[in-house]
Amino acid sequence: MQTSVQLQKKKQLKIPRRNIWSTFKSQKFLFLMMLPGIIWALLFAYAPMAGLYMAFVNYQPTLGGFWSNLFSSEFVGLEWFRYFFTNGDFYIIMRNTLASTLITLLFSFPMPIIIAIAINEIKNAKFKKTVQTASYLPYFISWVIAANIIVTLLASDGVINALLKFLNITDESILFLQEGKYFWWIVAIGNTWKDMGYSSIMYLAAISSINPELYEAAKVDGANRFRRIRYITLPHLKPTIVILLILALGGILNAGFDQHFLLGNELTKEYSDVLSTYTFRYGIQNGMFSYASAVGMFSSVVAFIIVLIVNFTAKKVNGQSLF
Amino acid sequence: MKEKKTISDHIFDISLYIFLSVIFIVTFYPFWNILVISLNDATDTMRGGLFLWPREFTLESYKSILNNPEIWSAIKVTVLRTVIGTALSVFCISMLSYSLSKRYLLGWKFFSFFFVLTMYFGGGMVPSYMVIKSLGLIDTFWVFIFPGMIGVFLMILVRTYIEQLPGEIEESAKIDGANDLQIFFRIVMPLCVPVLATIGLFIAIGHWNSWYDSYIYTYKPELKTLQAVLVKILNQFQTGGMMSQAQQLAQNSSRVPVSSESIRMAVTMVATLPIILVYPFVQKYFVKGMMLGAIKS
Repeated sequence: MQTSVQLQKKKQLKIPRRNIWSTFKSQKFLFLMMLPGIIWALLFAYAPMAGLYMAFVNYQPTLGGFWSNLFSSEFVGLEWFRYFFTNGDFYIIMRNTLASTLITLLFSFPMPIIIAIAINEIKNAKFKKTVQTASYLPYFISWVIAANIIVTLLASDGVINALLKFLNITDESILFLQEGKYFWWIVAIGNTWKDMGYSSIMYLAAISSINPELYEAAKVDGANRFRRIRYITLPHLKPTIVILLILALGGILNAGFDQHFLLGNELTKEYSDVLSTYTFRYGIQNGMFSYASAVGMFSSVVAFIIVLIVNFTAKKVNGQSLF
Repeated sequence: MKEKKTISDHIFDISLYIFLSVIFIVTFYPFWNILVISLNDATDTMRGGLFLWPREFTLESYKSILNNPEIWSAIKVTVLRTVIGTALSVFCISMLSYSLSKRYLLGWKFFSFFFVLTMYFGGGMVPSYMVIKSLGLIDTFWVFIFPGMIGVFLMILVRTYIEQLPGEIEESAKIDGANDLQIFFRIVMPLCVPVLATIGLFIAIGHWNSWYDSYIYTYKPELKTLQAVLVKILNQFQTGGMMSQAQQLAQNSSRVPVSSESIRMAVTMVATLPIILVYPFVQKYFVKGMMLGAIKS
């Protein structure tokens, strides 16, 4: 009743001609259809966000439910954050996270561009289709399967070691997954292997929107294919490249959990431990709930800020470079 | 009008074909390699050097995993969650998209923000675990279904599709006295079949591939999904990899073929096969899906 009184007041202030309550009633089925979505968002998106309060208390799991425990726990302010920044782990975790994402970017960013340009230059439709079909496939398998495949390929008697021995690069099998110094590169190449074909679609679409007359004119002027790529294709891809690069930089703290958790092991922990696996180990496995929540909150807040900056930059760049 | 090819054009062509052939081999060969190992005799596989063709062809590895009740239960759970999860997700996402496609909806701006925010910010691993635990979902089948039920990005795809539909049909149905529910189920939903099929395939692949929820939210062996079983096998293998080769051989020869590499590869194949089978259908749709998303964002 109170709410309807309040709504009445609001009605007089804002919308004098139509009653909000009657509008709601006329849209009741639309709200009914939205209801599962709203309940989902409250339970599985907003409740965990409220649960981030854990990062500011000393959460102790006792007999009560989660929420009653949470709000009866001792408030410690930013103590967990301070602990994370000052203990030695912070440096290692941030180094690994940034190294892994940046080395990944080094391969996974240029490859789709090169693949898209190469596929576009191929005239043989059957060959084109075969390469495209194969290159998209790894995107659709899980990281569990991908990790199993990578472990097999990199095994001491696996195909990579056989190839290196055949090429006389090494005499002894290299234990790729047991030595930390290879870890970031393995993740980077694994990420690239999985996503390069699929990501090339975006560039292929951009290339297909280039006016073919431009190529014809260049041909008449005597430009060879390399020059046509250099002076027509690439300049037209530039806006797409810039936007996708900015978006990729937005994910710089987001070193995927799956690949680091599944490919890392005790021997490579020094290099494979990133923000997400660290949070997992402390929060889910070791039961340091509040500390892990603080680490998790740190990474999602920073990631969110980066996304905001990236969106802003992308809009600005997009506005300028779209002619 | 055919242009004459110069030598540099030929060199260019040849290097293109070589480069793309390398891409093809790099993406296709790993799948071939696991197939070869899975079809080879488990004891013989330990000798290594299996690259192009099985040395001792056998279906034993497949037989032994398909006789394993743990694998069968994992396949059952995975298929169930894929079917139920996909159906429920597509149903709820399409209803939500329809409501949010109506800009005149009371509080439209608020609700759009309410859902879009969940794409960019979340509580993270630990609070999510706590909430799911407090809801009593731990160790139940529904933990596979509800937490990931709505995908806001997919909702935006469907909403964009609905907004592009001609509005006249809906208008005339409204004049005939149909309410929003009737309009949605009788008119809009049938028109949305292409986009719903697209998101359905993506959701189904996501369900088939997910392992994390089964790995951390369930303890009962009968709730382990195929991917979670595969994680367990991978972990065993990784731990095995840290032993010296002699130790490994000694241990392996005593318990072949329970945890041999051929078995691991056969399980990997079983988990991959459905993806490869639906893949041609996905390929037809997903380019469209990706482009729709690109335009929107």
